[in-house]
Amino acid sequence: MVESILFTFGLGAVCGLILSFASKIFYVYEDPRIAIVENLLAGANCGGCGFAGCSAAAEAIVNEEAPANACILVGVENVSEIAIIMGSEAGTAEPLKSYNNCDGGNRATDRFIYNGLNSCSAVTSLYGGKRDCSIGCLGFGDCVRACGFDAIHIGPDGYPEVDEEKCVGCGACETACPKSILEVRTVSQRLLHLNAYDNALAPCAQTCPAEIDIPRYIGHIRKGEYEEAVNTIRERNPLLLACGRVCPHPCESYCRRGIEDEPVSINQLKRFVADYEMNSGKRLPIECAPDTGKRIAVIGGGPAGLSCAYFLRRVGHHPEIFEAMPKLGGMLRYGIPEYRLPKKVLDWEIDGILNLGIDDHTNVRLGIDFDFGSLIAAGFDAVFFSVGAWNDYNLGISGEDLQGCFTGIDFLAKIGNNEKVRIGQRVAVIGGGNTAIDCCRTLLRKGVDKVYLVYRRTRKEMPANEVEIVASEHEGIEFVFLAAPNKVIGNEENQVTGLEYLKMELGEPDASGRRRPVPVEGSETVLDVDMIITAIGQSPLLAFRGKGDRLDDLEITRWNTFEVEPATCQTNVPYIFGAGDSATGPALVVDAIGGGRKAARSIDQFLKGKPVVPQPNALLNKHIPGTIFESVEGVIQKKRTEMPELPVAQRIHTLDEVDLVISEADALYESNRCLSCCRLCYNADA
Amino acid sequence: MGYFELIIACIFVNNILLAQFLGNCPFLGTSKKMETAVGMSMAVVFVTVMAGTLTWVIYTYILVNFDLVYLRTIAFIVVIASLVQFVEMFLKKSIPALYAGLGIFLPLITTNCAVMGVCVLNIDKEFTFLQALVASLFYAVGFGLALILFAGLRERTLLARVPKPLQDTSIALVTAGMISLAFFAFQGMV
Ligand SMILES: Cc1cc2nc3c(=O)[nH]c(=O)nc-3n(C[C@H](O)[C@H](O)[C@H](O)COP(=O)(O)OP(=O)(O)OC[C@H]3O[C@@H](n4cnc5c(N)ncnc54)[C@H](O)[C@@H]3O)c2cc1C
Ligand code: SF4
Ligand code: SF4
Repeated sequence: MVESILFTFGLGAVCGLILSFASKIFYVYEDPRIAIVENLLAGANCGGCGFAGCSAAAEAIVNEEAPANACILVGVENVSEIAIIMGSEAGTAEPLKSYNNCDGGNRATDRFIYNGLNSCSAVTSLYGGKRDCSIGCLGFGDCVRACGFDAIHIGPDGYPEVDEEKCVGCGACETACPKSILEVRTVSQRLLHLNAYDNALAPCAQTCPAEIDIPRYIGHIRKGEYEEAVNTIRERNPLLLACGRVCPHPCESYCRRGIEDEPVSINQLKRFVADYEMNSGKRLPIECAPDTGKRIAVIGGGPAGLSCAYFLRRVGHHPEIFEAMPKLGGMLRYGIPEYRLPKKVLDWEIDGILNLGIDDHTNVRLGIDFDFGSLIAAGFDAVFFSVGAWNDYNLGISGEDLQGCFTGIDFLAKIGNNEKVRIGQRVAVIGGGNTAIDCCRTLLRKGVDKVYLVYRRTRKEMPANEVEIVASEHEGIEFVFLAAPNKVIGNEENQVTGLEYLKMELGEPDASGRRRPVPVEGSETVLDVDMIITAIGQSPLLAFRGKGDRLDDLEITRWNTFEVEPATCQTNVPYIFGAGDSATGPALVVDAIGGGRKAARSIDQFLKGKPVVPQPNALLNKHIPGTIFESVEGVIQKKRTEMPELPVAQRIHTLDEVDLVISEADALYESNRCLSCCRLCYNADA
Repeated sequence: MGYFELIIACIFVNNILLAQFLGNCPFLGTSKKMETAVGMSMAVVFVTVMAGTLTWVIYTYILVNFDLVYLRTIAFIVVIASLVQFVEMFLKKSIPALYAGLGIFLPLITTNCAVMGVCVLNIDKEFTFLQALVASLFYAVGFGLALILFAGLRERTLLARVPKPLQDTSIALVTAGMISLAFFAFQGMV
């Protein structure tokens, strides 16, 4: 008896001693907060948080890899206690929500006879999960069974619908779905996601430089859900009113309907919902993540700067915009004329962005009114450059400095700024791009008698948007093709009286495949004009460099643009980022917007102390192999909605907007022309 | 009995899971995914070898000498539980890589009946120390074999046409029964 008691106690004591010594010897430093936090968690080890048990979750919370409310079972009190321990406020964490990537369309018939288990993972293992498209939802509802909170059910169209109220963001559906249809993300994660090779993307959405989820917003319009459509666009593009008006819509060239019929008028639909919001008189609320307290200086308030600031603000940072001109908007305001994008509309849109809590400083030019050193001294954590391309190229011919000679951007910016410009009666505009056309059409509206557009090559090679060329033809602009300006002729008062040019003919194709124009000997011709505008291209104005500060270390390309890593927009100075025209050279508004968002993603990584790395598998506006079809069956031809515009006689005397918005009925009709690619199951064999 | 027979007996004939029906909870619980099954098997091998030999030493040199064999069960439980704790601490500090692999399974085995069973069997069969070591190792290998076989089968049953009432755990139990029957064919070999 005694021995047994002695033995039992002895054994206990020995084991206890060994363990306590061991815990001293094999002690691994652990943040004491981990234990405290673990005690506040539910202790169910259910894995609902996505970590291997409660202690792993506690560790993640303390390492700030998971939010204070990561545990799906604890109540508000414990969450706020955890938040206090972590020194953050309760509710600072953004909630995770399940988001369905494949919704809409009719569920097509099965491609195979299948009698197995009604489970998406089973089908995937056996058949690669092709029901119709290789990505789409299979609809057997593994996600529904996986969800422990009854937040998912298979909706009437056969794909899962998430009940946002009930979804706790535990991620069980994402794990269960073999096709990555359901993704559990915070709003920030969604805002900063770039298109990837393995996403379900319609050809138009792959092409859009801003990566807008086009079929999703068109789907909303079809159901009359205009606000949702606006929100969907805003997840990728904050300047929908502007883009809806001036975007040359590269997406439409890849529209699948366009293979068999005319492409869907995607941009008109964007404009329709954007105008709908503006005319409704109220602004839709825009969600922003909790404040992070990080500050970013955005240099240049054009589309790239506005887009970057907008996305940074939405994920919780504090961007401040520094702009050289009196108002924000960049080329949208000072390049693109009133009749294409009314200033009133632009103001409304920019106000909406600034209302999120973005500070702006106008009339301050980097290099003149402030220098780079003062920015760093003011405590900005990162700097984003979006200074655009405002430096007009010169022709390099004699007489270019005579009175009556202008350059394109200079001229348009003066008009945009309501400055007095002495305008002639007969004007020659040199160049074939958007800037040249905008100058011509603006001049017409200023009451000029005759406007010539002088271009080196032919109409086919003109880089301007096709619609713009057509509109200017209608308005009576005279095109002088195959003409190379030779010299500007002036009178005694140094005033322009004519432009002498050489006629050209097309020769051998050059490196870009365009036939190189060669001058014809002795073909000098004089155009009788009293004003000349040169608009033959722009490059960034980087006069703020060379002051002996950090900016001198920046690498600059031979086109005078910032050298940035294309997938991250980071320059060689880690805290400096760049996008828009100043990084790519003159491009489109949407390119600048997409670039701004890409940069915001990298800046966010940088500010959170993570390495700035490109997104794995990022598409970067290439196309996913196999998704660009040769033909599409079953498309019934339906006419594309015409764009309504002001009649020519009425429009050339005013600065009124030329392109008008389509009617609600037309929008509905047009949205029904969309094939809902990558939403509807498209069966190539059917 | 030679060591070869002992090994065959431990792995196949007296398979701890399929012939002795010990450790059924991890057998069903961790066999849904191959990955977890492999992790669990490794952890069991590790712990069983340590526990089997240590308990043998304690039994032969302490309990028998002091005439306390009736305290066997309680002593073994305390020893195994402390051992697992100790090993966990040791691994965390010294071999973090191994800890990362086995870590979450170790506490699960603390009171696993397969481990306890092996320790008790070692004593009941009156093994020598070396025999106990070999037996512990190969009982555990047998456990791993059965678990991994079973996990493979369970992954396949997902694809099979299973009548509704039998899906998931029920079909798993039926399958387990049939593998067990198959293992009974080894009966009488040694
Ligand atoms: C006449 C014209 C017509 C166009 N038409 C179209 C069209 O129809 N569709 C289309 O998609 N694209 C069009 N574009 C192209 C489009 O406008 C540009 O690609 C786009 O605006 C680029 O945006 P960004 O933000 O990079 O630069 P910008 O819009 O040029 O903005 C740069 C901003 O930085 C400011 N800035 C510059 N230097 C400094 C400094 N040192 N300190 C502080 N601020 C500074 C500038 O004042 C400006 O506000 C057109 C361009 C022009 C010139
Ligand atoms: S979302 Fe995924 S898991 Fe849910 S029904 Fe569709 S394919 Fe299955
Ligand atoms: S049919 Fe619709 S989804 Fe398909 S490419 Fe055209 S606009 Fe995009």
